[in-house]
Amino acid sequence: MSRENILHRVRTGIGRGAADAPAAPPPVRLRVPEADREARIASLLARVEALAAMAVRNADPAGVVAELIAGKTSVASNAPFLAECGLTAIPGVRSGITDRDELRALCATADCGITSADYALADTGSLVMIASPQEARLISLLPPMHIAVVPAERILTGLDELFTLLPNPAEITSSMVIITGPSRTADIEQILVRGVHGPGKLAVIVAG
Amino acid sequence: MSAEFQQKIRTTLADANLQLAIYTATGRLKAARVATVAPDVLPDYQELRTQANALKRHAIENLDHYLEQFEANVEARGGHVVWCKDATEVADFVLSLAKEKGAHLIVKSKSMTTEEVDLNERVEHHGLESVETDLGEYIMQLAHERPYHIVAPALHKTRYQVADVFTERLHIPRETEPEKQTMIARATLREKFLAADIGISGANFLVADSGAIVLVENEGNARLTTSAPKIHIAIAGIEKIIPRAQDLAVFLKLLARSATGQPLSVYTSFLSGPRREDKGEIDGPDEFYVVLLDNGRTRLLPDRGKRQSLYCIRCGACLNTCPVYRKIGGHSFPWVYSGPIGAILTPQFMGISHEPALPFASSLCGACGEVCPVKIEIPKLLLELRSDVKKSEAREKQNRWERLAFQAFAWLMTHPRIYELAGRMASAAAPSADGGWIRHVPQAMNFGPVKAWLEERDLPPPPARSFREMWRRR
Repeated sequence: MSRENILHRVRTGIGRGAADAPAAPPPVRLRVPEADREARIASLLARVEALAAMAVRNADPAGVVAELIAGKTSVASNAPFLAECGLTAIPGVRSGITDRDELRALCATADCGITSADYALADTGSLVMIASPQEARLISLLPPMHIAVVPAERILTGLDELFTLLPNPAEITSSMVIITGPSRTADIEQILVRGVHGPGKLAVIVAG
Repeated sequence: MSAEFQQKIRTTLADANLQLAIYTATGRLKAARVATVAPDVLPDYQELRTQANALKRHAIENLDHYLEQFEANVEARGGHVVWCKDATEVADFVLSLAKEKGAHLIVKSKSMTTEEVDLNERVEHHGLESVETDLGEYIMQLAHERPYHIVAPALHKTRYQVADVFTERLHIPRETEPEKQTMIARATLREKFLAADIGISGANFLVADSGAIVLVENEGNARLTTSAPKIHIAIAGIEKIIPRAQDLAVFLKLLARSATGQPLSVYTSFLSGPRREDKGEIDGPDEFYVVLLDNGRTRLLPDRGKRQSLYCIRCGACLNTCPVYRKIGGHSFPWVYSGPIGAILTPQFMGISHEPALPFASSLCGACGEVCPVKIEIPKLLLELRSDVKKSEAREKQNRWERLAFQAFAWLMTHPRIYELAGRMASAAAPSADGGWIRHVPQAMNFGPVKAWLEERDLPPPPARSFREMWRRR
C-alpha cells in the first residue's frame, strides 16, 4: 500500500517516529492595522479601480445596477442583502434558484451575474465569496460580467483580518474564493487580455 | 555536458526572435515583482520571507504529522485522499476512477505536478480526452510542447506561431490578434468545461488544519475546473503542505508578487471537500479527491541541507531573474522544471547522471537566492550538487581504472608464457627493499592507482626464483 510506504519513507527521511509528537509550529503571524470605515471604503474603491474594474459607492445600489444591466439578462444570488436593496425586483433579473442544473444553465447563457460578497479586502481591492445557500459558485464565474454589491461594514483591511475572523474557512464552507479584479491572461506575447475564462467585466458597488 | 543539452542551448542562442521573446517577457515579470515588493509598498517583505521559510521548514520537519492531519480533515469533510508513489499510480487511479464513473472528458487546470507525471499522455493513451484549460498550457498542448516557464508556459511563442497552431489544430481561419485568439480559446474551452465529467487541478498549498487545497490563478480556468464537473481531483506533491489556514496570509502575500507582480492573483480558491448539499450549498462537485504524490520527493528528505529544495512554491521568480535562464530559455532544461530551481530539483529527482552539466549551468551570481520568497539557498545547493557530480565522476573514473586493471590481469593469467615473462621483468625492475619490504617505488611509477595502493600498503620484495623456476629445477 502506497500510503504506508510513503509515510514510512517520510519518517525515515526526517527521522521521526510514528508516535512522536510534532514540534510546535512558528507562531501565527497576523497583523490587523487600524483603519476606520471611511478609510476602508476609500482604499477598496481605489484598489478596485486600479484593477480596471468599476468601483462605486452609492446609497441606492439598485439604481446603479438597473443602469448597468439595462437590456441584459442577469442571474442574481440568493443573498438576502440583494433583495433588501431591491435588486431582485429589477426587470430581467432571475433570482431564488436552488437547483444546481437550472442555475448552471442560466449562468451559462446570462449576460451578467449579480452577487453580494461576504467580505471585501480594502488593501487589495478583493471580494471574498463564500459558497453557501445564499451564494453559488457559478454566478460570479460563468457570465461575462460580474456585479458585486458589498455592505460597507463588510470591508476588512486585508488578508490578515480575514484570517483573524475566519481562522479555518473549511468549517463553514466547501469553497471560499478571493476575487481580485476581472479574469485576465497575458499568455500570448504578454499582452493583457481580460475575460479569458471568468468575467472580463467586474463592478464593485459599496452600498452605503 | 550531453550533446542534447548543448544542442538545445545552441539552437536557443542562435534564434534572435526567441532571445528577444525570452528577454522581454522575463524582464517584464522581473520588473513587476520588484515594484510590488519594494520597501515602500510592502515594508515587511523580508519578515514575510523569513516567516515563510520557517513555516516551510517546520512543515517538512513534521511532514508525516501534517500529511496525516490533512488526510483526516479531508475525509471528515467528505473528500478522499489517494497516496501515489509515482506517475503510474496517478494514471492508474485516474483511469480506474474514470472507468468506474463512465467518464470520457477531463478538463485540466495548470499543474506542474501533472507535467511531472505526463498525465495527459497516459490517460489519452487509454482513450480519454484530457484538455488543458490555462491559455498558455492549451497552446502548449495543441503544439505538443512542454511548458517553457513555470508560470508563463507559452512565453516563447509569438502571436503568429499561436495563429499557426490554432489554424492547424482547431481548423479555423487564421487569426493573429492576441485578444481574438484568447476569445477563440474561451469559446472552445467553455464547451469543454460544461461537458466535462472530471476536473483535474494541481494545488498551490495543502492546508493541514482544514483539509483544504488552495489554488491561485488569473484566468478562472481553475475555478471552472473545480466547480463545473461533478468530480474534482487535485494532484499535489506531498511537500505542498502548510500547517494552518492562517499561514496563507503569509504565503499569499508572497506568491503572486513573486510570480507576476500582483498583490494577489485574480482568483484564490480555498476548497475543502465536495459541495455540502446537506448545508444547502447550491453548486460544486459531488466528489473530491486529493492525490498526494511522492514521485521522488521522499528521496530528498534525508539530506538536511538539500531538503529545502522542497520549500519551493513554484513562483518562477528565480527563472525571471536568472541570467542563464534568460539566455538559454526553458526548453534547454532536461526536465519539466527549468531555471535555477530546475537546476536543483532535476538532479535530485532524476539522479545527477540525468544531466551532470546542469548544476554547472549557473554563473552563481546569487540572484535566484535573493528573490526566492521562501529563501531557498539555491546558489549553495548548486555548489553542493556540483560537488556531488564531481564525486560521482571521480568514482566512475576509479571504476574505469579498476576494470582496466582486472582485464589486463585476466589476460595475463590466461597466457602462461607472457605471465612468466612479466614475472621476471617485474622481479628485475622491482625497487630495492627497505627493511624487508618495498616501501617506495621510483617517481615515474608512483601515480594513480599504484600510488593510492602504496599509500596504505607495503610490497614484499620479489623472490630470487619464481615457483615455476623452482618446479623446473626440482
